[in-house]
Amino acid sequence: MTGQIATANRLVDGAVVFRRADGGWGLRVEEAVVIADEAAAETLLAAAKRDAAAALVVEPYLVEVDAAGAPTSYRERIRAYGPSRAFHADVPTRHP
Amino acid sequence: MYQYDTIDQTFVQQRVAQFRDQVSRRLAGELAEDEFKPLRLLNGLYLQLHAYMLRVAIPYGVLSARQLRALAHVARRYDRGYGHFTTRQNIQFNWIKLAEAPDALADLAAVGIHGIQTSGNTIRNVTTDELAGVAPDEIEDPRPWCELIRQWSTLHPEFSFLPRKFKIAVTGSPHDRAAVRVHDIGLRMHRNPAGEVGFEVLVGGGLGRTPLIGKTIKPFLPKRDLLSYLEAVLRTYNLAGRRDNIYKARIKILVHDIGADAMAERVEAEWAQLRDGALVVADADIARLAAAFAPAPYAPRSPRSEAVEHARLTDAAFGRWLKRNVFAHKVAGYAAVKLSLKPIDGPPGDATADQMDAVADLAERYGFGEIRVSHEQNLVLPDVALDDLPALWRALDALGLATPNIGLVSDIIACPGLDYCGLATARSIPVAQHLTRRFEDIARAHDIGKLHINISGCINACGHHHVGHIGLLGVDKNGAEHYQITLGGRADEHAALGKLLGPAVPYDGVVDAVERIVETYVRLRQDGEIFVDTVKRVGPTPFKEAVYVAA
Ligand code: SF4
Repeated sequence: MTGQIATANRLVDGAVVFRRADGGWGLRVEEAVVIADEAAAETLLAAAKRDAAAALVVEPYLVEVDAAGAPTSYRERIRAYGPSRAFHADVPTRHP
Repeated sequence: MYQYDTIDQTFVQQRVAQFRDQVSRRLAGELAEDEFKPLRLLNGLYLQLHAYMLRVAIPYGVLSARQLRALAHVARRYDRGYGHFTTRQNIQFNWIKLAEAPDALADLAAVGIHGIQTSGNTIRNVTTDELAGVAPDEIEDPRPWCELIRQWSTLHPEFSFLPRKFKIAVTGSPHDRAAVRVHDIGLRMHRNPAGEVGFEVLVGGGLGRTPLIGKTIKPFLPKRDLLSYLEAVLRTYNLAGRRDNIYKARIKILVHDIGADAMAERVEAEWAQLRDGALVVADADIARLAAAFAPAPYAPRSPRSEAVEHARLTDAAFGRWLKRNVFAHKVAGYAAVKLSLKPIDGPPGDATADQMDAVADLAERYGFGEIRVSHEQNLVLPDVALDDLPALWRALDALGLATPNIGLVSDIIACPGLDYCGLATARSIPVAQHLTRRFEDIARAHDIGKLHINISGCINACGHHHVGHIGLLGVDKNGAEHYQITLGGRADEHAALGKLLGPAVPYDGVVDAVERIVETYVRLRQDGEIFVDTVKRVGPTPFKEAVYVAA
């Protein structure tokens, strides 16, 4: 089973964020609310776009995730988990 | 070095103040993203995968120690402690916060650097030879001319909304270290039969989706006419370049479509209106700029250093570094030293804040306080006394900046790729890291000899893969990262575009494929041949077999 989540970059610092069930935005993909059906996904995206209009996040969109809640595309996995390796001491990366 | 005058300085500081106001209005919700995005891009601030990215222009790759320390400070204070030097002699910071970007730009403005025209359809940072002013083969120092172009092109009102971005490169040496043939305009200084120095003007080179080698439209342009002629080229392009299709908007498409002769004629007609006007370069003006790049106060020194001879004989590691990373200087007793930003397993072109600070110190101790950035993503100390080389080598080695691999297989040019870049299709940095580990044995790398590997994470070709001896281009095949391999490209005075070898290979197979290509070269090479020579002589077949049949 796959689902969809809403992601964006946070306006103030560009950090990758995921929309939670409570309507807030979290830094970890595990916090994302996963939507199974299309109609609900459209509602989620519309809510995310309102947050963009309210200057909280930038350019929200929907991302497909697998049954474990991990994004299916490798681009989205890099967004979710950070650069694929810790190139420098400070680089956040937590690829499964 | 050229120092900002009060006009430059005031302008850059005013720009920061404007941007600070724009950012606060954006954060307050008074500006929408589509209103704000063009404003932040005007200041070099992009939004990438994980954060905002700030691209800072390093004019023609020349930095003072003070400016490099300011870059270190930005890396430390506003980023995660490092920066990435690019193939355009710029630096990018990958983890900038929007709210702090005005502060970072203010700190840079204090030392006369900024992100203006590092984005958008403008004339970008002019690039040149990293050995400008010190190379023994140089006809004339291109830096005063680069500075002239910088002043002319910065905020040029007519050229702020070109059909597409525009890149100019200049070389003052016959051996082209600035890749002028793959720029929108390439300028090659040379002497005419009368002995006068002028510019050969090439237009329409470029990489990206449609790679093309530039065509000469003016074999010899007198120096006084440089700006009027550039203005004529830009004006012709601004009017005739396509604006309906972003992929066909670069000047190379115009030149390709109408032909170099027609382009030359159109420019000539435009130039006739301009050439004796306000843009004529006055002798006094260029003399003033040349004075800013006057030779350093070199001391008289012996062309032979006992300290170097002794170190070379007693320490093989020093000898290897001397051979690969130290370059001849036009002044006896001096050398130019390249600092490798390509350590084994490192991300190509990255330097930490601590390294940048240390390099700034070394530039003052072993030089005249100047640092260069090369388009191969390394740093250069241009004026080192030969007697200082052993001590400098020890200092660089301790900093991880003395990998003796300049121009070798592990001196890989790579763009940020999918680990950072929002446009990327595939990763570049980890491929480079795996390759450097595979060719970690430095004796083997020295035996393989000169070999440029270039990696781009997408068709935009920021890693200049078309002109790599071996080029790797990241593509997507059924949702998985693959790499197209091209062979035989080069960026120097014999510029050529690499030819596609065959089907793209998967991420897990690319290092093996490159190794088989290199082994094939080692097997087939004849005396004195470097990799590209062998590729040219034997053609692609043996390499194809090595990659696709043996696999
Ligand atoms: S080549 Fe593509 S992936 Fe690499 S930096 Fe340029 S746009 Fe990004």
